[in-house]
Amino acid sequence: MATELKLTAKDFKSDQEVRWCPGCGDYAILAAVQSFMPDLGLEREKIVFVSGIGCAARFPYYMQTYGMHSIHGRAPAIATGLAVSRPDLSVWVVSGDGDALSIGGNHLIHALRRNVNIKILMLNNQIYGLTKGQYSPTSEQGKVTGSTPMGSVDYPFNPLSLALGAEATFVARAMDIDKPGLTDVLRRAAKHKGAAFVEIYQNCNIYNDGAFDFVREEKENRLYIEHGKPAGDTGITHDETDFATAFALSRINYAQHGVVPLGVFRDVPRDSYDELVQAQLDNAKGDGDLQALVGSGDTWSIS
Amino acid sequence: MAKPVEQLESVVIRFAGDSGDGMQLTGGRFTSETALTGNDLATFPDFPAEIRAPAGSLPGVSGFQLHFADHDILTPGDRPDVLVVMNPAALKTNLADLPKGGTLILDTDAFTDRNLKKAGYESNPIEDGSLADYQVHAVQLTGMTVGALKEIEGVTAREAERAKNMFALGLMSWLYGRPTESTTTYIEKKFAKRPEIAEANLKAFNTGYAFGETSEGFAVQYEVKPAKLTPGIYRQITGNMALSWGLLAASKLSQLPLFLGAYPITPASSILEELSKHKSFGVRTFQAEDEIAAAGAALGAAFGGALGVTTSAGPGVVLKSETIGLAIALELPLVVIDVQRAGPSTGMPTKPEQGDLLMVLYGRNGESPVPVLAAGTPGDCFYAAIEAARIAVTYRTPVYLLSDAYLANGTEPWLVPDIASLEPIEVEFAVANGEEFLPYKRDPQTLARPWAIPGTPGLEHRIGGLEKANETGSISYDPENHDLMTQLRAQKVAGIQVGAQPVDHQEGADVLVLSWGGTFGPVHAGVRRVRANGGKVAHAHLRWINPFPANLGDVLKSYDRVLIPEMNLGQLRQLIRARYLVDAVGYNRVTGKPFKSGEICDAVEALL
Repeated sequence: MATELKLTAKDFKSDQEVRWCPGCGDYAILAAVQSFMPDLGLEREKIVFVSGIGCAARFPYYMQTYGMHSIHGRAPAIATGLAVSRPDLSVWVVSGDGDALSIGGNHLIHALRRNVNIKILMLNNQIYGLTKGQYSPTSEQGKVTGSTPMGSVDYPFNPLSLALGAEATFVARAMDIDKPGLTDVLRRAAKHKGAAFVEIYQNCNIYNDGAFDFVREEKENRLYIEHGKPAGDTGITHDETDFATAFALSRINYAQHGVVPLGVFRDVPRDSYDELVQAQLDNAKGDGDLQALVGSGDTWSIS
Repeated sequence: MAKPVEQLESVVIRFAGDSGDGMQLTGGRFTSETALTGNDLATFPDFPAEIRAPAGSLPGVSGFQLHFADHDILTPGDRPDVLVVMNPAALKTNLADLPKGGTLILDTDAFTDRNLKKAGYESNPIEDGSLADYQVHAVQLTGMTVGALKEIEGVTAREAERAKNMFALGLMSWLYGRPTESTTTYIEKKFAKRPEIAEANLKAFNTGYAFGETSEGFAVQYEVKPAKLTPGIYRQITGNMALSWGLLAASKLSQLPLFLGAYPITPASSILEELSKHKSFGVRTFQAEDEIAAAGAALGAAFGGALGVTTSAGPGVVLKSETIGLAIALELPLVVIDVQRAGPSTGMPTKPEQGDLLMVLYGRNGESPVPVLAAGTPGDCFYAAIEAARIAVTYRTPVYLLSDAYLANGTEPWLVPDIASLEPIEVEFAVANGEEFLPYKRDPQTLARPWAIPGTPGLEHRIGGLEKANETGSISYDPENHDLMTQLRAQKVAGIQVGAQPVDHQEGADVLVLSWGGTFGPVHAGVRRVRANGGKVAHAHLRWINPFPANLGDVLKSYDRVLIPEMNLGQLRQLIRARYLVDAVGYNRVTGKPFKSGEICDAVEALL
């Protein structure tokens, strides 16, 4: 674009009072996203945030962009309709672990496999916050919560492995309090053509405080991965374009390996869904003549 | 020597055979030939949900009924005059509908011991005298077809046998003097990639035709003269085709790009398939991962300024309810199409019913009013789709359009519309005007809120499913505000202008028949029959069920008795009684088949 946009983080703060619990990791994520937004180089009206239900889903209300706070789990579906019919927009989905992986799991995997041009930020706090503390699909087995007094028996999802299995073309992980790392991942996600899946570790200080202390607090356990470089002591040389490498890195976890990989796991170029749809529209035969269509085929005249 | 020609005013033919026998194709071709003759016509394809039930079995029988006449008709006919059956199972399941003295044409080669057993026959009905009450034409359809195709190279015995439906079509085409050119062209085009199959089908078709001409079994040929209809260019159309084209028209009239979100489901899938062919109209069709996503994507597209549409049948519509609720809260336009089929649950997927009315009106949480209209005939689906879109866009609301399996697949001659004469749909997107933008400030006339689409500078705003403060759209839990917003949403829908209810009144009538949706044809044919019998009866057919036409109360109160025939257990009747305190009585049947005009006639006459 010809004119330089001079927007700042402040321009992306809406007039709505932020109502997360004091100390919630969402504040840091909101601040990081608002700070990053000017880097998109887009006018505010070209940006849309879509969310489902949950604490994270309040996100759009706080962004001075277009926004929709929709229904539980459906944000990727709604965003798909918007992104496909309006390729001129930058569409972001903000979700949580329950919203994205439980009630909305189906929409998530299909948006990823279609490579719809949406950026999905999944704020993972491994708990249901808004409904006051039940276990989520990412809670560790044995989690004692309001709905699991004897501990949960469910095995959790690994969100990144799931996204990779769903043919996601961009998969990354960041952390609420790691602003530089999060900003870097946001920048890469925004640049990526098609669906980007970003898991953001987020501390719920009310219902699951300290869930990520092993990497939030203990910085030595953070393993920042970079394309073309060895991933710590794992013996893996990172290649964002190689599925097996990305998948192997997605399996590395603190409990077994003592480190948590952060950064971009996978980034491969692939035509986005809206581009493919648009190409079919552009290449379609016919001139859209409705009068000709209704009068086509076998017709007869009555006088 | 040409055989004598007998004139008929109208004929009802039913083709019945195994699902694999190509009965729908045969019926469809005969319909096309008939349409080109200029007869008025109505069809009723009746097929099982199973793609291929076990061959020769009773559940595998597929039928196609066609009514054609030299005058204006309304239904595919209560009972066939002529029944063509391709196997014993088809005879078993259809014979009860053929009146005594009716014509029965059957393929003797299919009446093998094995097939007879599958259909549950102890003895061969062709030989045991049980068909003595009918005019039977026992024809070696399969044998003659296979014999005729022997010479054609590259056609297997199985393929030759499968062409027997074309033999039957040829025979029937001769019997009723149908023009054959369109079928010839059709076969050549359909099998263009396999010329030997095209040749085989053509040969079978022509052999069947010639057999009629020469066989002593068929002594006369029949003629049904063209009908006198409104002058113009006609074509035949199914409800789903008309509906698809109506959506294209709505897109053109509103200059909004059409976005269809859909998940395949019987009997709505052909709308998705039809619209996916028309990308040159700028249509985006999205086959979603599920019904929920189909509705969600359509709503997302509507947020972005598209004409958002989602199509389904009852079992899919239930899944969309949360999205419809969101669309009500967001006050965005969305067209939701329910092609009703017999329920509950999976029910009978290919069979029509009107059982979804109360679901679409009330099947959501909270006070969530939605406009509801229903198409009356296959061709009317075109205009109903335009109207649904017009109301959705004008009032910024989801709108339910009801069709059903009978309209979806049934055909009728359709006067090709003059697109230029259709009224444009006015759309005004909000733009910044220097004042504070209030996303929920309403138009004083329509109570619609502004449609402010992303990309519009200065109107950045957030909407969502949480209750909104009036005008500002901010989240609000204020008790008085919620009461006000609930009232406003109700008033908006109640105030939709749907026009006065027309009544087909008859002087002296004190009974009113009130119908809605896809029953128009049989109900009105029943009313005509009552009148022909000397009875006096009025008929009103509802297009709008929410809101009801403003004059409906007055209409109802000007008759002593009101009969409401419905293919459900009395859903409209319940609404009418509650709203107008009118002691309406119902005629309710849920057989999965359209009403017969005879039963409507009987129900009315019982009230006279």
